[in-house]
Amino acid sequence: MFMRGLKRKCFDGEEDIEGTLAGIKAIPSYNLQRQSLLDMSLVKLQLCHMLVEPNLCRSVLIANTVRQIQEEMTQDGTWQMINMQNTGQASVDRLVSTDILCRSSREQAEGKHVPGYSTFSKDFEGDQAQDSSETMSTASSVQALRNLQSNVWEMENSQENKGNFQKSLDQIFETLENKSPNSVEDLFSEVDNSYYDLDTMLTGMMSNTKMGHCDGLEPFPSPTTTTSSSNCKSDLNELDHIVEILVES
Amino acid sequence: MIPGLGNLMQDVLWCFSQVKGTIDVGVTEADIISTVEFNHTGELLATGDKGGRVVIFQREQESKNQPHRRGEYNVYSTFQSHEPEFDYLKSLEIEEKINKIRWLPQQNAAYFLLSTNDKTVKLWKVSERDKRPEGYNLKDEDGRLRDPSMITSLRVPVLRPMDLMVEATPRRVFANAHTYHINSISVNSDYETYMSADDLRINLWNFEITNQSFNIVDIKPANMEELTEVITAAEFHPHHCNTFVYSSSKGTIRLCDMRTSALCDRHAKFFEEPEDPSNRSFFSEIISSISDVKFSHSGRYIMTRDYLTVKVWDLNMENRPIETYQVHDYLRSKLCSLYENDCIFDKFECVWNGSDSVIMTGSYNNFFRMFDRNTKRDVTLEASRENSKPRAVLKPRKVCVGGKRRKDEISVDSLDFSKKILHTAWHPSENIIAVAATNNLYIFQDKVN
Repeated sequence: MFMRGLKRKCFDGEEDIEGTLAGIKAIPSYNLQRQSLLDMSLVKLQLCHMLVEPNLCRSVLIANTVRQIQEEMTQDGTWQMINMQNTGQASVDRLVSTDILCRSSREQAEGKHVPGYSTFSKDFEGDQAQDSSETMSTASSVQALRNLQSNVWEMENSQENKGNFQKSLDQIFETLENKSPNSVEDLFSEVDNSYYDLDTMLTGMMSNTKMGHCDGLEPFPSPTTTTSSSNCKSDLNELDHIVEILVES
Repeated sequence: MIPGLGNLMQDVLWCFSQVKGTIDVGVTEADIISTVEFNHTGELLATGDKGGRVVIFQREQESKNQPHRRGEYNVYSTFQSHEPEFDYLKSLEIEEKINKIRWLPQQNAAYFLLSTNDKTVKLWKVSERDKRPEGYNLKDEDGRLRDPSMITSLRVPVLRPMDLMVEATPRRVFANAHTYHINSISVNSDYETYMSADDLRINLWNFEITNQSFNIVDIKPANMEELTEVITAAEFHPHHCNTFVYSSSKGTIRLCDMRTSALCDRHAKFFEEPEDPSNRSFFSEIISSISDVKFSHSGRYIMTRDYLTVKVWDLNMENRPIETYQVHDYLRSKLCSLYENDCIFDKFECVWNGSDSVIMTGSYNNFFRMFDRNTKRDVTLEASRENSKPRAVLKPRKVCVGGKRRKDEISVDSLDFSKKILHTAWHPSENIIAVAATNNLYIFQDKVN
């Protein structure tokens, strides 16, 4: 039924799943299945960062699916539980989500499956009454999604923020210059890809192809302190904060 | 076949005619066919592949000596249309895969076609050369310049026949106008302009001008985080040069009139079918995403393809399609697996026959389906090497959903999802179809009595 060699990981017959007793181990609960779908979707979004530009239609459809799941979970009340549990959770889950963010693009290109996530799924498949772990994983999923949404598509810098634009471009050039597989560098290289204003550059076809923003830039500026200060292992909040600054979201 | 009479399904028996491509088990990625298109007379058939090559087949003249060989298609020209590129700003490769080929109507001895990859559209001229000039005064037969002082007499160069040579030259390159990936190109009925559509924008070009294009649709949100819908396909109306349609990933079609405003962000018509609440699932939106939209030859209808169905819409009725055909509804219960292996994102195309009475689209396991709009009959056929004896009649295939599987039926779980037929083409006036199955091109014709 599947492409040859692909092991069956997902559960089909959604309409059969709804209302199934939790006692039946063979068919997972709706919540579990929904969680699995959410996890799968997030992994799919992350695996988009390949050599070739990801298919935007596919990314948008997957992101919409994730949003749908989130909305339903909000209505369910599952979401509130997550937000309450979110603070003060220095758990494995946060490291998992951080791990995803810190994966170098090279690792992703090689198609390495994130170890954290696969053990996640395995834990779920075995156990039905894991409400708490379900919500915890959703917490990490929320974090991952927020950061992913910034990463997945090109972010548009508003014309007013030339200062940040400059800093962002510095990051890009720095990343290009610095090819060492530092996971943090690669993290930011992913973010970097997203936010110079392509429209301004490429729609210079209308008149001249003047790249206004880039005129005053030096090709290889000295490294700024922003990248070196953050560390993959640092607290997730600090990472969030840094990404927010760069992405201006 | 005379268009307008309609082709009744029960009268048409499809036969194998030809197959192009290698039989090797291991398929080279570059040989995978990514687009198929007949020209306006059906004399030429073009294919584009993932390696950026275009191969044009020409139908041979029917000979009275061999009436059963109804005009076979043979290779006419092969050329490299696009090369892989590297976008240095984004550190990303730009694939050379040909996404679409569209022919221009023939206006002189040469043939013109548009071919596009993700970023650049090119206009190619394909012309024949069967004579060459001989007897120049200033250069000798090898092309070397002759010493003018050695020339004692003058002669007029004459054209002498030579072996037929077909050459393809790029006449225009329309580049740098698309930030996102081009999914469609469409030649306007004025034959002076064409449009190219990417995920978020549609541009209008004049064939003569390559350094400018006019943006006519822009659905990019100010904040990219708010993006929830993309453009999936676009096409000009076959007769009205001011009208075009574009489809979206949310299953909607917008018809726009370029006379109303320069930027056609506001549609003249909006086609959307209300969702069936009983069928709702997390995959509802994904399977409603339209992968192809085609005007009928008459211009009265549009056909759309989403993951499980083909729909025919009347331009005068926006609230629902007039016809819906199930392509492979047995996949509805398998959507989760198809989401996991990414098959749910496959973009199938759909085509009309010359008289708009039959529509065709592809499926998995190298199956393709035809639906007769008049008789409401449908048939599933297979493009495979096993059915490839000359003039062998294709046997209808059937997928069994559950329970007892009859002989000759294939069960859903045995379908090969790596063998997908995404691209097909139908001759503009005859019952000849071209079906792309990975790296092979199959040509089928109806049975000649």
